[in-house]
Amino acid sequence: MSMTLFEAQALHMRFGNRVVLERVDLKVEENMFSGIIGPNGAGKTTCFNVLTGRYRPNRGSIFFAGEDITGLRPQQIARKGLARSFQIMTLFDEYSAQDNVIQALPEMRAMAWRADYPVGRDARLREAAGEILDSVGLGARAHVRAKDLSYGDRRALEIAVALASRPRILFLDEPTSGLGASGRTRLRELLARLKGKLTVVMIEHDLSLLFSLADRVSVIQWGQVIAEGTPAELRTDPWVRRSNLGKLQ
Amino acid sequence: MLPSPQASPRLVTPTIAIVLLLLSTVPFWIERVGLYPYLGIEIIIWSIYALGFNLVLGYSGLPSFGHGAYFGVGAYAFGLAQFNLFPNLWLCLLAAVLAAALAGAFVSLFVSHRRGIYFALMTIAFGQVAWFVAIKWHRVTGGEDGLLKIARLPVDLGFEQFALTSNVALYYFVLGIFALVLLGLWRLVNSPFGRVLQAIRQNEIRVTFLGYDVWWLKAAVFTLSAAISGLAGALFAMAQMSAFPDVMSLHHSGYIVMMTLVGGGLVSFWGPVIGVFAFLLTRDIIGVFTTAWMFWFGLFFVLVVLFKPEGIAGLINDTRDAIARRWSGSAAAVPAREPGA
Repeated sequence: MSMTLFEAQALHMRFGNRVVLERVDLKVEENMFSGIIGPNGAGKTTCFNVLTGRYRPNRGSIFFAGEDITGLRPQQIARKGLARSFQIMTLFDEYSAQDNVIQALPEMRAMAWRADYPVGRDARLREAAGEILDSVGLGARAHVRAKDLSYGDRRALEIAVALASRPRILFLDEPTSGLGASGRTRLRELLARLKGKLTVVMIEHDLSLLFSLADRVSVIQWGQVIAEGTPAELRTDPWVRRSNLGKLQ
Repeated sequence: MLPSPQASPRLVTPTIAIVLLLLSTVPFWIERVGLYPYLGIEIIIWSIYALGFNLVLGYSGLPSFGHGAYFGVGAYAFGLAQFNLFPNLWLCLLAAVLAAALAGAFVSLFVSHRRGIYFALMTIAFGQVAWFVAIKWHRVTGGEDGLLKIARLPVDLGFEQFALTSNVALYYFVLGIFALVLLGLWRLVNSPFGRVLQAIRQNEIRVTFLGYDVWWLKAAVFTLSAAISGLAGALFAMAQMSAFPDVMSLHHSGYIVMMTLVGGGLVSFWGPVIGVFAFLLTRDIIGVFTTAWMFWFGLFFVLVVLFKPEGIAGLINDTRDAIARRWSGSAAAVPAREPGA
């Protein structure tokens, strides 16, 4: 029986008078692939930002591996094994793909205060980065600067950077955003390889892609989780069917 | 873009060796080209200051526009330590570095959670406070008159003493300090600490979500940069044999920004040094013909910002890349350069 790795209980978040999240409950089992869907402005990204420590919730609790992480700062949560990608890509544009990944490695983070160690001489770091880049299909472009990569490659690099921190759970915020058909296919293959090996929570508008990967999906609307279940269950859910989200084959 | 250290950075690159070698010959020919030895001292001291400043501006992307404060704190601390505590060169330099580091650490508490324009405005504000204190705290700083009669203390090695009263001796002393700072910073920018600073410049949010303590890293680099500026300030006080509030003023803080940007501190480790040479040589060479030399340098600064924000170092890099492409007979991209090579 799989254990609950990540859990949010009754999260509330408001900006001024505007309630953005209201009693959001979320439970993610270890090695499960979870999806979050909802229309634009439903509160999905805010939910991610609360779960990953960018915003502190007004009420509610967040547990990661049984530990209460509510209110911890993003870097503290990241060090516990949570990685995320962003809807708007956040890479180190002037660094090569390899250097982007090296920067995310826990070994590099552990050395952050060392001012006397020549990073360029460390073959271990390059090898570790190389393996990760190979796994996302960027091995041949390791020395290309991030800003010179194609859009699809940059999306893949975002995931490589997230994977480099060797997370226990990975939050992906609309990873296919802006990708064409071939880019989506490539990303789907990459995510399919992660399925079952890593706990993934993904916000995605491409429902056919998400439903083909996810074990469970939560539907967020008006800042609330209005439905939850397996893709098959959601296809028949009256809430989902009544919304535009129900246009699924 | 500052070079990405993909290749193995050596402790001493050929560029570092050549630069230090060339600088060590300066006293032999500087007067023959119509310049004067003190200019060499000034250039080296400002280069130390600019290299320290570029840790913050170029490497970390933190627009500190009040750095003159730390240069000035170092200058005053050197003089005050000499007058009131211990007339020993090493201890006075140490006092200057510690005082400037302390001032930098204090300011970093207030600015490290800021970015962009807010960071810049806060540093200006603190710089102005320091300048105001230097002018008004007459009993300690000497007010607008500053601290006078600061001695060029001898280098005491325990078994031997060397006087620094002549400009040539002082030049070699500051060159020695410059070499140590240069090698230390070269090592630092290619270290994990230097790498994460550059990552912060590129994407602070991402660095945070990778688990790095960005606040502490920013506070640390600001403090270190202030300490190096204080060291330069102490050497400047020794060179000038005085310390004045003017070095803490806003326009003096602006000089170091101009030098760093014109030289190409945003794209090259050497940019700040190039900028110092450009600024001070412009002052002395164009200054012979017109007192409005700053007008011409200001115009040059505007042109650089408009048409070549990467500065003189950017121009050099582009030229070198173009030559390399022509040499290889291909339009293919030139492989990543080893930094500083």
